[in-house]
Amino acid sequence: MEFFHKVTKYPFMHTRKVWYGVSGVAIIASIVLLFVHGLNLGIDFTGGVVLEFAYPKAANIERTRNALAEAGFHEAQVQNFGDERTVAVRLLPTEGQDVNQVSKSVTDALKKIDPEVELRRAEVVGPQVGEELTNQGGLAILFTFVLIGIYTWFRFQWKMGVSAVIATLHDPLLILGFFAVSDIPFDLAVLAAILAVIGYSLNDTVVVFDRVRENFQSMRRASPEEIMDASINQTLSRTIITSGATLLVVVVLLIEGGETLRGFSWALTIGILVGTYSSIYVAGALALDMKLSAADLIEQKKDTSEIDALP
Amino acid sequence: MYHFAKWKYWLVIIVMVVGTLFALPNVFGEGPALQLSRNDRVAMDQASTDKVLGLLKADSVPVEAHWSEKDRLVLRFPDADAQAKARETVAKRGEGEFLVALSTASRAPDWMRNIGLKPMSLGLDLRGGVHFVYEVDVQGAIDQAFDRMERDARATLRDKRIPYGAVTRVNEEVRVTLRSQDDLTKAQDALRSPDGGVLLNTSTSAEGPVIVMTMTPAEVKRRQDIAVQQNITTLRNRVDELGISEPIVTRQAVNRIVVQLPGVQDPNEAIRVLGATATLEFRLVDESNNPYEAEQTKRVPIGSKLLKSRDGRPILVKREIIATGEQLSDASSGFAEGSPQVNVTLDSRGGQSMMEATRDNVGKRMAVVYIEKKQLAEGERCEGTRNGALCTEEEVISDATIQSVLSSRFRITGLQATEARELALLLRSGALAAPQTIVEQRSVGPSLGQDNIDRGIRAMAIGLVLTFIFMAIYYRAFGWIANLVLASNLILTVGLLSMLQASLSLPGIAAVVFHMGIAVDANILIYERIREELRNGNSPLQSINVGFEKAFATIADSNVTTLIAGVVLFAFGTGTIRSFAIVMTLGIITSLFTSVVGSRALVHAIWGTRRKLDHLSI
Repeated sequence: MEFFHKVTKYPFMHTRKVWYGVSGVAIIASIVLLFVHGLNLGIDFTGGVVLEFAYPKAANIERTRNALAEAGFHEAQVQNFGDERTVAVRLLPTEGQDVNQVSKSVTDALKKIDPEVELRRAEVVGPQVGEELTNQGGLAILFTFVLIGIYTWFRFQWKMGVSAVIATLHDPLLILGFFAVSDIPFDLAVLAAILAVIGYSLNDTVVVFDRVRENFQSMRRASPEEIMDASINQTLSRTIITSGATLLVVVVLLIEGGETLRGFSWALTIGILVGTYSSIYVAGALALDMKLSAADLIEQKKDTSEIDALP
Repeated sequence: MYHFAKWKYWLVIIVMVVGTLFALPNVFGEGPALQLSRNDRVAMDQASTDKVLGLLKADSVPVEAHWSEKDRLVLRFPDADAQAKARETVAKRGEGEFLVALSTASRAPDWMRNIGLKPMSLGLDLRGGVHFVYEVDVQGAIDQAFDRMERDARATLRDKRIPYGAVTRVNEEVRVTLRSQDDLTKAQDALRSPDGGVLLNTSTSAEGPVIVMTMTPAEVKRRQDIAVQQNITTLRNRVDELGISEPIVTRQAVNRIVVQLPGVQDPNEAIRVLGATATLEFRLVDESNNPYEAEQTKRVPIGSKLLKSRDGRPILVKREIIATGEQLSDASSGFAEGSPQVNVTLDSRGGQSMMEATRDNVGKRMAVVYIEKKQLAEGERCEGTRNGALCTEEEVISDATIQSVLSSRFRITGLQATEARELALLLRSGALAAPQTIVEQRSVGPSLGQDNIDRGIRAMAIGLVLTFIFMAIYYRAFGWIANLVLASNLILTVGLLSMLQASLSLPGIAAVVFHMGIAVDANILIYERIREELRNGNSPLQSINVGFEKAFATIADSNVTTLIAGVVLFAFGTGTIRSFAIVMTLGIITSLFTSVVGSRALVHAIWGTRRKLDHLSI
C-alpha cells in the first residue's frame, strides 16, 4: 500500500502568509487563555492533598462532599476519577497543617458513610516543593530549547536553527493553550510529555531541514522557495506516516492508559498533531523568510579557509 | 552486489542474545515471598538458614525456593497462604531471632539469579508503597552549632582564666568582648579550633577589644552535611526496624531526604515509626551488685537502674547521668594503631561533667544508653516503660572500661570494625538531630499498583498489534522487517532496564508505548528513501543501498534532538518522571541500533545476497 505514489507537488510555501496568520492567532489565543483562564495545575505544582478512594459500588459524589463538609473540609473538591466507583478528593494546602492528620480525618469521614471504602492513593505535596517544581520545570524547558538551538545551529546553519527553535516553541504554547481551554489537570507527567513533544517535533523539522540542505546542493538552479517546497513534498509521506504511527499508539494510551495518564496522553496527542503541522508550515517558512539561500549552506568551507588565512 | 561486513551480523546476533537473556527474567512473574534478617543485625548465615528451613519443614510449609540476598534470606512460596503460614511459624517459633518482611520475589529459575539476571525493578506506583520526602532544617543545625560555639567559648575562657566582658551571639557570629589587649592574644590562642573550621577576626568596641568568631563556608557546609547525614542514618535505622524489603533512603538535593517503602500500605504507621526520636545517656555501671540476680528477683538496688544490652544481657547502671545526646557534637568510627575505635566529641558542658565523673572512676565501667521515644499504635507492645501512648525504650549500646580521665574528646576501643561503625551510627542518631518535616508524601495501594501494571501492559499490547498491522499493510515484506525490528527493540529496552535496575514507573511504561511510534520512524525514513530511489528508476539493490546510506544521517540528526530532551528531563526530573526520561533515552539508543544495524543486516540477509532482484516487496 502506498498513499503517495508520486512525489507530491503541493506549493506549501505559497500560502505561508495564511499559515503565519493561523499560527499567530493560535499563539495569541493560547497566551490570552493562559493569562485569563490559567491552567488547572495539579498538586505537583500547587501543593496540597489528593486522596483517591474506591467504593465497592458507584460512588455518591454528593454524599461524599457532604460527609467531608461535616468533617470540616468545606473547600474539598470531589470528583469521579476514571470510573464511577472511584473518587478523587483534593484539598488545597494550608500553612502549618499536619498533613497526615488530614488524610486520616478524610478517610475516617468517608468510612462513616461507607465502611467498605478503600484508600487507593494519597499524595501530599508541600507548597514549597510545588513552587520549586514549577521553577525547575520552566528551567528544564528553557534548557532544552537552548541545547536544541545550539545543536541545530551547529549541524545546519543559524537561520535554520532559529526557525527550528521558533517552530518548536510554537508547539508547547499551543499545548498549554489546549490545557487552559480543556481544564484537564496539568501535572508533572504533562510537563514531561511537553518536553518529549519538543524533541519529537524538532525531529520532524530536522528531517525536512536535512532534505533542504541536500537539495540546495543538488538543485542549483531552483529558487529557495522551490527547494523548500520540494523538500517538504519529498519528506511528506514520511512525515505523515510517522505521525500516523505515533498518533496510533498515543491514542491507545489515551483510551487504555487510565486516568493517571490522561493529561500526559492528551499532551502527546495534541503535540504530535501540532508538531507535524509546525514542521511543515512554520519551520520551513521561517527559514525562507529569513532569506535562507544556497550560500548559507554551501560556502561554509570557503569561510573557514579565509579565517584560517588571517594572521 | 554491495558489501556488508560479516562482523555486523555477529554484532547483531550477540547484542540480541545478551539483550534477550537480560530481558528473560521478566517473563516468569513474581511470587509471594518473605525476607528474613536477624534481629541482632548480623548477616544470615548457613546455620540460621538451616534453622528457618527446619522450622518451616516441621510445620510442613512448602517453600518453593530460597536464597540469600545481601544480609537477608529470601524465601519464595507457591501461594499467599503458604507465605502467611510461614510468617506465623517464624514469628512463633523463631523466638524473636528474626525480623520478617512480606515481599514478592521473582519466579525466575535459580540459574538466572545465580548469574545476576533480575527482572525490571518496579516503581512504587506499580507495586504499591509509600514515598516520603523529608526536608531537614539545616539552618536549625547551624543555629545549634552557633549556640554550642557560644557556650564553649565561655567555658574555655573560664577554664583558661582569661577575664572577659561578654560573650554574645549575634546572628551568625559569636562576639567575645575582652578587657585588655593582653587578653586578646591569649583568648585567640585558646579559642582557635584545632580543625580550622572557626574564623577569628578582631575588632574593637567601646568596652574593649572584640574577637568575632564565624564559621568558614566550608565548615557551614560540613555542618549541614552532617545534619542531613545524621538524619539519614536515623531514618535508616528506623526503616530497618520496620522490616521492609528493599527500602530506599537517599539524599535529594542539599537538604532533602527521600524515603521509599515498597509494600507499606499505611503511611501513618510508617510516619509514626520514622518519627520516633532517640537520645543518649552516658552513665556509670553499677558493678557492686549482680545484674542477673536483680533481673531474677526483680529487685533493683536503690540508686541503680536495670537495663539490657543489645545482645540481651542485663546491666545495672547508676541513676546519675554523666552526659546526654544533646551534648554530643560528633561521633565517628576509625582506626588507631590498627584497631577499630569510635571517636566521641562532647561539647564543653558534657566534657566538664565527663571529666568530673571519670576522675574518680578510672578502671570502672561506663555504659552508653540509647533511648527511643515513639508513639504506640493500637495493640502494639512496648518493650520499655509506657506512658499513655508514648513508649520509651532503653538499651545499652556500649559498656566499656574507663582507661583514663576523659574530657570532651575521647575514644571507645576494643570493638570489631563493624561494631565500631554501628556504635558510631547509633551515637550519632542519638545526638540532637536537626528538625525535619515531611514536605511530600505519596502512597499507592497495592490494588491501584496492579491496576496500573495491567493498564500499561494492555496499552502496550494494543499499540504493538496496531503498529504491526499498519506496518505490514503499508510496507508488506519490509513492514514485517520493521515489525521484527520493533519487537527486538522492545526486548533490548526491557533487557537494558533489567540490567540497569532502573525503577520503572507508569510514565515509564507510557514512554515504552510512545517510543514504539518513534522506533518505527527510523524504518519509515529508510523505506521511504528506498521507495524514492525506486521511483527514480534505480535498481532494487541499489535503492536499498542508497536508501540506507541517505537515511542514516537523517536518523542520527533527528534522534539527537529527542535525546537532548530525554537527557534534560533526566537531569531535572525526579521519581516517576525520571523513569520516563530513562526509558526515552534508552529507547532512542536501542532503536538507533536495531533500525540502522539490525534492520540492515536483515534486509541484506534476505535480499542482498540475491544475484537477480527485479522487484521489492515494499
